[in-house]
Amino acid sequence: MPQELLQIEARKPDGDWKNPAVQFRKGFFCYGAAAKNVRYLDLPNPRDWQPFDADWKLPPDWKQILLEGMKERLQRYRSFRLFMDICVRCGACADKCHFYIGSSDPKNMPVVRAELMRSVYRRYFTLAGRIFGALAGGRELTEEVVREWFFYFYQCTECRRCSVFCPYGIDTAEITMIGRELLNLIGCNTNWVLEPAANCLRTGNHLGIQPHGFKDSLEFAAGELEEITGIRVEVPINRKGAEVLFVMPSADYFAEPHYYTLLGYMMLLHEIGLDFTFSAFASEGGNFGLFSSHDLMKRLNAKVYEEARRLGVKWILGGECGHMWRVLHQYMDTMNGPADFLEEPVSPITGTKFENARSTRMVHICEFTADLIHQGKLRLDPARNDRWTVTFHDSCNPARSMGLLEEPRYIIRNACNRFHEMPENTIREQTFCCGSGAGLGTDENLEMRLRGGFPRANAVKYVKEQHGVNLLACICAIDKATLPTLMDYWVPGVQVAGVHELLGNALVMRGEKARTTDLRGVPLAAEVANA
Amino acid sequence: MQSVYAMGAVGAVVVAAALAGQMTRGEAWMSAVAFAGFAVFLAGFCYRVARWATAPVPFRIPTTCGQQKSLPWIKSATLENPSTTGGVLGRMALEVLLFRSLFRNSQTRLDQGRLIFSEQKYLWLAALAFHWSLLIILVRHLRLLVEPVPAVLLLIERVDGFFQLGAPPLYLSDIVLACALAYLLLRRFRDPMVRYISQFSDYFALLVLIGIAASGLVMRYVTRVDVVAVKQFALGLAAFHPVRAAALGSVFAVHLALISVLAAYFPFSKLMHMGGEFLSPTRNLANNNRSKRHINPWNYPVKTHSYAEWEEEFRDKLKGADLPLEADHAARASAD
Repeated sequence: MPQELLQIEARKPDGDWKNPAVQFRKGFFCYGAAAKNVRYLDLPNPRDWQPFDADWKLPPDWKQILLEGMKERLQRYRSFRLFMDICVRCGACADKCHFYIGSSDPKNMPVVRAELMRSVYRRYFTLAGRIFGALAGGRELTEEVVREWFFYFYQCTECRRCSVFCPYGIDTAEITMIGRELLNLIGCNTNWVLEPAANCLRTGNHLGIQPHGFKDSLEFAAGELEEITGIRVEVPINRKGAEVLFVMPSADYFAEPHYYTLLGYMMLLHEIGLDFTFSAFASEGGNFGLFSSHDLMKRLNAKVYEEARRLGVKWILGGECGHMWRVLHQYMDTMNGPADFLEEPVSPITGTKFENARSTRMVHICEFTADLIHQGKLRLDPARNDRWTVTFHDSCNPARSMGLLEEPRYIIRNACNRFHEMPENTIREQTFCCGSGAGLGTDENLEMRLRGGFPRANAVKYVKEQHGVNLLACICAIDKATLPTLMDYWVPGVQVAGVHELLGNALVMRGEKARTTDLRGVPLAAEVANA
Repeated sequence: MQSVYAMGAVGAVVVAAALAGQMTRGEAWMSAVAFAGFAVFLAGFCYRVARWATAPVPFRIPTTCGQQKSLPWIKSATLENPSTTGGVLGRMALEVLLFRSLFRNSQTRLDQGRLIFSEQKYLWLAALAFHWSLLIILVRHLRLLVEPVPAVLLLIERVDGFFQLGAPPLYLSDIVLACALAYLLLRRFRDPMVRYISQFSDYFALLVLIGIAASGLVMRYVTRVDVVAVKQFALGLAAFHPVRAAALGSVFAVHLALISVLAAYFPFSKLMHMGGEFLSPTRNLANNNRSKRHINPWNYPVKTHSYAEWEEEFRDKLKGADLPLEADHAARASAD
């Protein structure tokens, strides 16, 4: 980590963006994918290489591969073709990207990031560009351009904030996704995306935890819960005939502070007596394929339906995760459906029909829990969260691809006494990314992450100063993994938690012993314990 | 540099047209240019829209700007996050007629290590003013192409010419258009961020539009072009039967030539956002992804790591951890 605080300063853009030269400075990029991961996923051109190498060992016909790949995608995605054609460069998106704000690198303006691709599109796929070249905004596809693509397409968290402001809804995430797909065709990918993806394909989760390890983690959690609550919760795994399959991001049973969210889920599911099962095969909903290619996304996502079918459950419940939900909401049913072997989800506790999940048959845990609270099925003691003054970070994917905004807030308001919103321009659909999504959350990329996360941190700092906020709640595993670093750096003293951790703290379970600590093992304030 | 090239290109058109306007049989050239421009516009526009329309939308990718439709007691944003076709129509109408997304624009700037967000509505205002006044002016021009002039056109003219400051009446739309274009061009030059991203095409389109507006204003308010002659000529064009028109002059020639150039340039440029906006998959789809199944026309099977393969690979570990195995299930079932 840099010794001094980064100087975030606004510099006026200069130079010509058409010059593709980039410098692979330490802290600003992710390492290339190890050959074994590329091989395991059957992707092209496995080799040992690094982005700062002089020779990228591209296949000899790399240019043709890229152009053909582009042509194919222009025919397959209206979004891609349209977004290549209609940008008027009005500049509305320019200062909306957290990476541009944090780095002042003008190629991080969404419009320019897209233009890196558009210029090549114009040169090779439009009449004007073929005839007039640079005058029509065209650019030759050179190896330098490939490096530039790699640098900037892996410097976009695909958070879609810019799209909210675009008069035509041009979604830079779509362009970045296609850009990464193209780079994958010639073997230019990052290890931080492909290793989790390879692990996920092999073991079912991105950390590569094998079935017995999965079981150990969950049983360990159950043991801890017994110490905290005096209640032994069950840990059903791969149980056939359960009513509901529960799928979560793997970090929830492995990393902190995710782990406390897992405790929250387990308490909740036990307390309401839901007939559910975990799966060691579908032990991850998070999908690193989203950051690589549509193909890989589909390959990794397929296990969720496959497992639901095999176990014979009625419907699927999903945990707190950002890109998992982007995939489940926008892609799963189309890619791997129809889910006609499942039933339309109905909460067995409240009888509520989740009509918005009628087709995919997969419900978000926040939707599920908000309904339970609203129907009065949970006893909550928000005072147990009194050591926290909470604010909520809308994780980009659920916020901007689903509109899951009120459900988590409803849960927080019922589980906590002190809640404050961050400023309007930084929440809900205008939420700022954690700066580490889309496969960028690795330490070799730390300076860029801290710069990209600056706008989010800045908003947290504001509510910390105004209201004494000391907890940033969120519903995304990547947030939980990377926001603590961001907070420690920019806003020391603010912790990060999942919404279901707060719920777990507040949840009064039947037959529980007098609770003395919260889920983190921190003693509850004496007056609270006595109350 | 791009702006200089664009000025050169527009300048060349202006000079050529001005000369043509002085030539004998100049109106024959003008007719030819106008027909060519209009033909390229029509054919090109249809081609481009058809190219988009025939490309599939494999996935539902609407961007949502508000609460989803979920539980009945949570109020959803029916226009910003539509779940029905009606909602989508509303959202698109807001976008197309009022530039809703652009209205959301704010300015983000750093002030001593703090981020400051401020309202930034000038771009929205200028864009809206430009598009609406251009539309009104276009509609007004229809009077040159139809005889008799429909009452609705006369009404629009009356309202537009509300500020009667002498003869001919000053049209509000003319002033608004001129101001908006001037702002948009100045912004391209003066805002460092926008200047950085601006290309030939951006300057060229603006300069052509400014040329059209300027020549139009000169004709109306300065040189007082012979409107009867213009109408005669325009009706001839509209009937595909060009007529000789007396003394239309160079300014008219410039006006018509720039319009023709713009029309011909339209389908090959960013100006196609006019047609494209309606087809944008992040805006024109309902966010009902989980409630309605959507079909990808080119969906194909991919190689996954199936449960059976997984169980095979981890059989010993599954057994060791006492986790149920499919094989066991099968054995148990046959034993029953």
